[in-house]
Amino acid sequence: MEAFTFYLTSGVAIASVIMVVTRVNAIHALLYLVVSSLSLAVIFYILGAPFVAALEVIVYAGAIMVLFVFVIMMLNLGPRSEEQERALLKPSMWVGPSGLAFILLVILVYVITQQPFGAQSPASLVESKEVGAALYGPYLLAVELSSMLLMAGLISAYHLGRPLKKKDQE
Amino acid sequence: MMETGMGDWVTFFYQQMLFPLLNVGGILFGVLGLAALLIWVERRMVAVLQDRLGPNRIGPLGVGQLVADTIKMFFKEDWVPEFADKFTFIIAPAIVMAVALLGFAVVPMSPSIGIVDLNIGILFIMGVTSLGVYSILLAGYSSANKYALIGGIRTAAQTVSYEVYMGLSLMGVVMLTGSFSLRDIVNAQADLWFVVPQFLGFIIFTIAGFAETHRAPFNLPEAEQELTQGFHTEYSGMKFGMFYIGEYAGVVLASALIVTLFLGGWHGPFLPPLVWFLGKTFAVILFFILVGSILPRPRYDQLMAFGWKVMLPLSLLNMIVTAGIVLME
Repeated sequence: MEAFTFYLTSGVAIASVIMVVTRVNAIHALLYLVVSSLSLAVIFYILGAPFVAALEVIVYAGAIMVLFVFVIMMLNLGPRSEEQERALLKPSMWVGPSGLAFILLVILVYVITQQPFGAQSPASLVESKEVGAALYGPYLLAVELSSMLLMAGLISAYHLGRPLKKKDQE
Repeated sequence: MMETGMGDWVTFFYQQMLFPLLNVGGILFGVLGLAALLIWVERRMVAVLQDRLGPNRIGPLGVGQLVADTIKMFFKEDWVPEFADKFTFIIAPAIVMAVALLGFAVVPMSPSIGIVDLNIGILFIMGVTSLGVYSILLAGYSSANKYALIGGIRTAAQTVSYEVYMGLSLMGVVMLTGSFSLRDIVNAQADLWFVVPQFLGFIIFTIAGFAETHRAPFNLPEAEQELTQGFHTEYSGMKFGMFYIGEYAGVVLASALIVTLFLGGWHGPFLPPLVWFLGKTFAVILFFILVGSILPRPRYDQLMAFGWKVMLPLSLLNMIVTAGIVLME
């Protein structure tokens, strides 16, 4: 049963990602991206990481993708951009990326087949508490670095969005 | 031999099939029925508050108005505008209902009633409510109408920012309980409701609840005087009905969450647990409706400034102080 749900959600994830690439309407493409991150969340849940699954939904599907949709809504892309997109989806454009992706796929298949069959990682449940203890224990430096990165982003957003002073306007 | 086999089968049938089915079906139809009933409750109660009569013609006290409105909504032409983006236009009202109903899956109503007890209950609720933004964003985008678009944009900014304080205000409750599970949180309130040690968190969560369900006074996405009907301007028939009832289902969910997290859930003397839960939830719903009819709507920049300059520091302060106290003990 677990394997069945895993393969089903993986299928949904791959299908939706393919739809993301091939849609000409940017909003439709983003909706498929949301579906793919939701199916990733389900996969995390099946693999015994409910905390990561919840974060995947809250952070990626619920916040980052919302901002993407928000920006695209503001851009007011009309039929003209769809024409442009359609021109970009010509078969000749597919050759390069598909070739490179195929090399990666070959490597991936090779790595997977090297593993002894049936030797899976133990599917134990990872509690939220363990995630927190790991983040603020051995990975403390990474947490601090990412928080500094976010702080830099916050300050620059404030710098760009601050109200202009009289002196600057002149 | 025969007898016991039969008895086992009957208990199996009751425990594994009939009870869960009744559980799920009862909660689903209960929520939908309550959400529809709230349309009448709001009209009637606001009317009484404003010294009017409100709908009082059909049935006892005018309850039949509900049926009349529903029948009217079903018979209206369900029109999709020519200029609309059909795919997203149709999916938007479905999302709002699905999200509001999904949230109830983890809300425990009494020691035995409740659909599922996830160990990440609160995070599940946060994830589900954060997906609710899409319905309004997509409705605003696909209508190809400037009022709808402005409504959608307002919602995105409002909901994404108020979600932050909503999540942070809950962390105090999570720390005091030591669990994300809503059932554990209710059990931890057997002696003392969390509204007492977490009063600040309760206030922040309630305000954020108003903003998340975009009810008055925070109904800027559909501010009638400025944006006609905001994001659902172009909707008609039952699609409009889905938005209308979905909004009330959101109010029911927010009220049930306030009761579960801060007002002790099903705990209370004398009466059975389910009665306590339903009674408290209904009281909070009435509070939602009354506040909405009393307070004026703020300006949009005031709403955002209030959020980032008052709510965020307060919720962080609440979290830090609670964490400090939990550490000391």
